[in-house]
Amino acid sequence: MSAPIYPGKGADSSHARLAAIFNQDENRTNWHDQTLWWVRQKRDNAARQLPEWEQLRQWASDIKDHTLSNLDAYLVEFEKNALANGIKVHWATDAAAHNSILHEIIRTNGITRIVKSKSMLTEECHLNEYLLQQGIEVVDTDLGERIVQLRKEPPSHIVLPAIHLKKQEVSDTFHEYLGTEKGNNDPQYLTQAARIHLREKFMAADLAITGVNFAVAETGGFVVCTNEGNADMGAHAARIHVACMGIEKIIPKAEHLGLFTRLLARSATGQPVTTYTSHFHRPRAGRELHIIIVDNGRSRQLGREDFRNSLKCIRCAACFNTCPVYRRSGGHSYHTAVAGPIGSILNPNLDMKAHADLPFASTLCGSCTNVCPVKINIHEQLWKWRQVIAAEGLMEPSKKIGMRFMSRVLARPAIYRFAGSAARFIMRWFPFLLKNKSLNPWYKQRELPQAPKESFRDWYKKQRS
Amino acid sequence: MLTVGLFVPCYIDQFFPQVAIASLQLLEKLGCRVVVPTNQTCCGQPMANSGFAALAAGCDKNFIRNFAGLDFIVSPSGSCVLHVKEHLSDQHAPTEAARIRNQVYELTEFLTDILKVQALTASFPYKVGWHNSCHGQRGLHLSSMSELVAPDFSKPARLLQMVDGLELILPQRVDECCGFGGTFSVYEEAVSVKMGRDRIREHEANEVDCISGVDMSCLMHLQGILNRQGSRVRILHIAEILNARS
Repeated sequence: MSAPIYPGKGADSSHARLAAIFNQDENRTNWHDQTLWWVRQKRDNAARQLPEWEQLRQWASDIKDHTLSNLDAYLVEFEKNALANGIKVHWATDAAAHNSILHEIIRTNGITRIVKSKSMLTEECHLNEYLLQQGIEVVDTDLGERIVQLRKEPPSHIVLPAIHLKKQEVSDTFHEYLGTEKGNNDPQYLTQAARIHLREKFMAADLAITGVNFAVAETGGFVVCTNEGNADMGAHAARIHVACMGIEKIIPKAEHLGLFTRLLARSATGQPVTTYTSHFHRPRAGRELHIIIVDNGRSRQLGREDFRNSLKCIRCAACFNTCPVYRRSGGHSYHTAVAGPIGSILNPNLDMKAHADLPFASTLCGSCTNVCPVKINIHEQLWKWRQVIAAEGLMEPSKKIGMRFMSRVLARPAIYRFAGSAARFIMRWFPFLLKNKSLNPWYKQRELPQAPKESFRDWYKKQRS
Repeated sequence: MLTVGLFVPCYIDQFFPQVAIASLQLLEKLGCRVVVPTNQTCCGQPMANSGFAALAAGCDKNFIRNFAGLDFIVSPSGSCVLHVKEHLSDQHAPTEAARIRNQVYELTEFLTDILKVQALTASFPYKVGWHNSCHGQRGLHLSSMSELVAPDFSKPARLLQMVDGLELILPQRVDECCGFGGTFSVYEEAVSVKMGRDRIREHEANEVDCISGVDMSCLMHLQGILNRQGSRVRILHIAEILNARS
């Protein structure tokens, strides 16, 4: 299973380095920041239309808490009802199992043409790359996903996969792959071209893959939300529909759905509801409907008390849009399928070493926690992951040595005072030692504070004793 | 008369003594007896936020030794106060640690919630751009937050409104982070500076004379960028403004 290549990924593929590369083009960084801030504002306006907004968040959080505490029972209930509806249910312990189950369905049915609507789970499992290695092509049908797929890039945002691209770049891509006029950046023209291109794919497809936004234990049915109707186009036209879901997508009852759909669209894009909110319960006559229920590390996360409630996530990306770091570093700098603050607390569970940098790609400002529609304490979990990563010895040794030295100085008042006056002395008399743009990252784009002659304590001793 | 222990964060002690002096004088003006434990050092936040909370044990011990028995502990830093409130611990003195966690206040919340200050004698006839520091705001709830659907309030702004001649100006993105973030400021230098520059741009467009806030660490970061850019905008901690003589 091969992961997609992230732009600029090299020997040091840390978020800090990739983000620094992203920031080399300040105009583009500004544009990215402002575009996503606009989405955040749309979310704010939508939330303020509902005086009960904070109550809705609390209820959603409580329902998810309850569900996660009884996940085993609800999953079994869901399976029972889905089977009774005529849905074929598959269980996958990890990404490899998920991919091979899908491959098996494709193989035994002699499928050659496949469409897929947006599913972050299949991104997480690197399904497209896996199937390509087996000689099978999957066509992504979400417009943004199709754009990045043509460009052989991973998505940079879980709701707006091509948000890192400008119109001009989309136009160039479509010119190259879909034969549109060179230099025609008109969005109407470009989406029309995409529509014609995708329509052919929909009509020809034998198998459609979709994600799952919510699976209802009580009914054995599930809901898929899109704004483009591409999940419906795929699922209705193809002979076989395979829906892929993580085990955490369960909600207990149909009556809980309304709460989550109200929160999801408002949090994601500021819409009152997604354009298409499609309910699937059973296959039509002569057709097949499959569900693959995937663990892939989720039960391990469920067992981590400090991190279990990250599984409440409904993938709205409100935390991306509000995150001042995400907006100024772009999704690819997170080098994962799910970027942003939520990705930084989910990915260390999947591979702690590969993602040890992500919990540090935050100022712990807490805005993510405040916008989260299911009240995940994201910034607190970022702090806790830092502790786990340090305890596991996954940080650069130099940072550990530095911190150990600092902690020894700061625990001893006399040494602290000596170190403080020594530092001020150097800053006053030998500033060139610190004014080095390549050795001192602070000084690269910032001046050092002016070191005073005496500390507050020195002043206080003189004045008051 | 209330007795207050003044908790002076290490970097304020060393680099911004004027902020601690202003806090001390302000609390005394408002009728408090202020005790300054002279063996205090650091709250341990730099280690803890870097993943090494375990290495902060020595700082915790020293903090408890210095502030044991004081009814109120007040500090001109939202971030350091939040750290103490959330993480101060000592397995040999769990009761005292818990008591301190409960009794530690950021300066402006102490002024509004405990002293219930209704008037100040300060005068500061300038345009002040306000920076909401995240830990004070979202952690200590010093003011309402733009993400939540809840009534508007601001403890620091209420105090600034009592200052003669002061014109308070909020940026459009009223509570976006400045990008300091402790060691984030050096490990993620590019994003950190970009975030700071974006905050400054808004304040400069508003033609403020100075930028103020409750956390000198955020302000130190902004000051570093302002000075590099040769800006005329100054940085002042809110304690310095509330203590400004008429």
